[in-house]
Amino acid sequence: MAEHETHDFDVIIIGAGGAGLRAAIEARAMGLRTALVCKSLLGKAHTVMAEGGVAAALGNVYAEDSWQVHFRDTMRGGKMLNNWRMAQLHAQEAPDRVRELEEWGALFDRTKDGLILQRDFGGHRFARLAHVGDRTGLELIRTLQQKAVADGIDVFMEVKVLRLLHDADGVVSGLIGYRRPSGEFVVFTAKAVVMATGGVGKSWMYTSNSWESTGDGHALTIWAGGDLIDMEAVQFHPTGMVWPLSVRGILVTEGVRGDGGVLRNSEGNRFMFDYIPPMFAAETADSEDEADKWYDDHSAGRRPPELLPRDEVARSINNEVKSGRGSPHGGVFLDIATRRTPEDIRRRLPSMYHQFKELAGVDITTEAMEVGPTCHYIMGGVRVDADSAATTVSGLFAAGEVAGGMHGANRLGGNSLSDLLVFGRRAGIGAAEFAQGRTDTPRVDPDQVAEIVDGAVAPFELEGGENPYDVHHDLQEVMQSLVGIIRTGSELEEALVKLDALEDRARRVSMSGGRRYNPGWDMTNDLPAMLTVSRCTTLGAIHRKESRGGHTRDDFPKPDPEMGTVNFVERIPAGDAGAGAGGTPSIHSITVSPEPIPEMPDDLKKLLEEAT
Amino acid sequence: MVEETDDPAGGGAGEEVTMRVWRGDEAGGEFAEYVMPAQEGEVVLDVIHRVQAVHAPDLACRWNCKAGKCGSCSAEINGRPALMCMTRMDTLPVGQPVTVAPMRAFPILRDLVTDVSYNYEVAKRIPPFDPRPKTIDEEKAGGYRMQQIDIERSQEFRKCIECYLCQDVCHVIRDHEENKTAFAGPRFFARTAELEMHPLDVNDRRELLQQEQGLGKCNITKCCTEVCPEHIKITDNAIIPLKERVVDASYDPIAWLGRKIRNRTKRTPTEASVDSPSSGPAAVQPDIEVHGIPGGEVNGSATVSIPTAQEASAE
Repeated sequence: MAEHETHDFDVIIIGAGGAGLRAAIEARAMGLRTALVCKSLLGKAHTVMAEGGVAAALGNVYAEDSWQVHFRDTMRGGKMLNNWRMAQLHAQEAPDRVRELEEWGALFDRTKDGLILQRDFGGHRFARLAHVGDRTGLELIRTLQQKAVADGIDVFMEVKVLRLLHDADGVVSGLIGYRRPSGEFVVFTAKAVVMATGGVGKSWMYTSNSWESTGDGHALTIWAGGDLIDMEAVQFHPTGMVWPLSVRGILVTEGVRGDGGVLRNSEGNRFMFDYIPPMFAAETADSEDEADKWYDDHSAGRRPPELLPRDEVARSINNEVKSGRGSPHGGVFLDIATRRTPEDIRRRLPSMYHQFKELAGVDITTEAMEVGPTCHYIMGGVRVDADSAATTVSGLFAAGEVAGGMHGANRLGGNSLSDLLVFGRRAGIGAAEFAQGRTDTPRVDPDQVAEIVDGAVAPFELEGGENPYDVHHDLQEVMQSLVGIIRTGSELEEALVKLDALEDRARRVSMSGGRRYNPGWDMTNDLPAMLTVSRCTTLGAIHRKESRGGHTRDDFPKPDPEMGTVNFVERIPAGDAGAGAGGTPSIHSITVSPEPIPEMPDDLKKLLEEAT
Repeated sequence: MVEETDDPAGGGAGEEVTMRVWRGDEAGGEFAEYVMPAQEGEVVLDVIHRVQAVHAPDLACRWNCKAGKCGSCSAEINGRPALMCMTRMDTLPVGQPVTVAPMRAFPILRDLVTDVSYNYEVAKRIPPFDPRPKTIDEEKAGGYRMQQIDIERSQEFRKCIECYLCQDVCHVIRDHEENKTAFAGPRFFARTAELEMHPLDVNDRRELLQQEQGLGKCNITKCCTEVCPEHIKITDNAIIPLKERVVDASYDPIAWLGRKIRNRTKRTPTEASVDSPSSGPAAVQPDIEVHGIPGGEVNGSATVSIPTAQEASAE
């Protein structure tokens, strides 16, 4: 067996963003020996970049808000592709999860009555997002991080996980990875594992995601025989920075629009009034005058079209640019300077103010921002049981962005922070209960470990092979140009062919410089995951021959009611271990099958009808 | 190696920039030079990434968000501690090589990456947030009531992205390795101040500040404040008020008596160990109740501690 250190725990959580931390806190509270394993330093996970807020029907600003309305907004925003039970649990439990953060030290902005202040966001009928200026993610991760530290949870920082390990009967028994600072391999045995690895954005050229978002959890799960659903459902956030090129894709919070910012094209028109879809027409203002009244009093007018769900706004911006009405650098204008006072802007949007000032030389209190769509979030992901967060692999649980179903075909802003709190906790409970019920001792197969180690170090033994950075760059180009915001059948087929070629190249990467803190080696180990999820997204996009939420097909521009009743499930059939990049299972055997979405109970159906 | 040019380091097309990047490990190392084509609008981290992609795939650097939000890519750029992702090339001196070195205050792991575990160890030793119980009104309202004005002091410190640049620049740490065992550093003074000024918190960390965190070693040179990418006024708003509180706790019998009479919620660990755990919250309850009346405009922090003149002026 290859040389490595070994640790044993009851529950291991992969990923220390919001979902992972929340899961760890819960498993620990239940008395389990719990550890977090994360790819970066603690507190640096992608959650830190969430800006606008966490959605929860607290009713602090609009007392008429309730979980029922939140549920309805979430389902409609997701174009009814959501797992209804997840959406229900999420809406019901989010308020408690937010209040609990306050008991752990979070300091949200306040209402005049001293309660948690809530702000408006796209797709939410009422002002619902608890926030701290525009740095809510930082508040959330710091609060959870400090709680986890206070609870004495073991954290293994800067560990890249290579593969899940399993017993002879297929139950998860642990995982193998390496410590990035030393390059030494490390094996963890565990009675249950929680996947909380976040998203996949790093496979696209222009993304708001950090380098970590390489789809590790999606890939680890499908390699272990688990199901992924609706991987084509990728959200392009409408407002990323577009200039300078070096910052292209960096997020501009939806809070800018929630707080009064409007979108204009090069002709100065508030073009969103031209893109109001029938589904939202009844509740969206049809004049600037009406829209402007709404900000101060939601009963004085209907909502501004700038606050339609993200998929609608992103497509509209895309269309304005394509029609030649874009800004100089290929975006549109986001204007808050003419709508709010400089003091207001600096107080409510301090990070945006600094981000534009320091990175683009733009003063957002006097000038409009240039913005355009950026790859932001994947709604699809690991198939889970709503209540327990159990995946289809025994002993494996998943929560947060890596899990699929909660957001359907399009996620509402603010629903991801609440998602990771609600389902992070549930995954912690699910994993803890599974571990408690497990009587055997998890064992790992030394041959499996040795094989994975061999695959991981192979790039050092190959001379003159591919540069992994080049392969990554080319992957980003393929996904950006062929599997981007607007898709079409022929381009998706072309993407598949190109992904095959990229996988061949990824199998022939070379690396030098040793295993100690070597980002190039990390890249060789991230590539198999990125190639796997990119393929899953492309396959899902080929099969979903309709436009729904974040998935837009030029050749099938309308939603298809039939397709709205199914999830596209992707899996690698058992026994299909093959020779993918880095010794991973072959992704050529991934199958795609439509499976019916669970039927919504009548009382919830009624909620949707009543509210519309 | 360096080409003469009048354009800024991050100048237009056709220009080149020379990056002098420290390469090595704990055994030693040296600066390596990489000449790269200049591109408009780039930050230092962009150029480091291009060096990785083209010349040095194994060049070690830490980064995550590339948007100034995660605090991972701290380094010393032309000798000044800064985030690589927030340092634009066109702000650096014209026609000179750009020197990028790892933070000096921490042990080298490799190239630009240092071992920052000292900071995580200090964090573990700070007594955690411990909130007072909710009032009856708050139980009904479903959450604590705090006025915005009362949380703003702590909110300033919660902007911290833990880049540890303040720790890096602090001479107590930077020049005296031996101090690390008994000095928390600016980041954790800010963290302690955040907890001490939190309107709900009832823990008292003043003994810790003096005896374990080495607050007295700070002589207020404000270097930490200068390098903070979040523009947190660490010295004025955290360290000086903390120094005041420590002095207050140690030497001022009248303030001590005043707190006793007012049933104040802040207690030192010594005081806390005298009381039974159950009597603490019960004892503070009536005082909190008075200020928790719905619609009341009472400044909640008044029940927690009495701000000193210096704290007030620091705001």
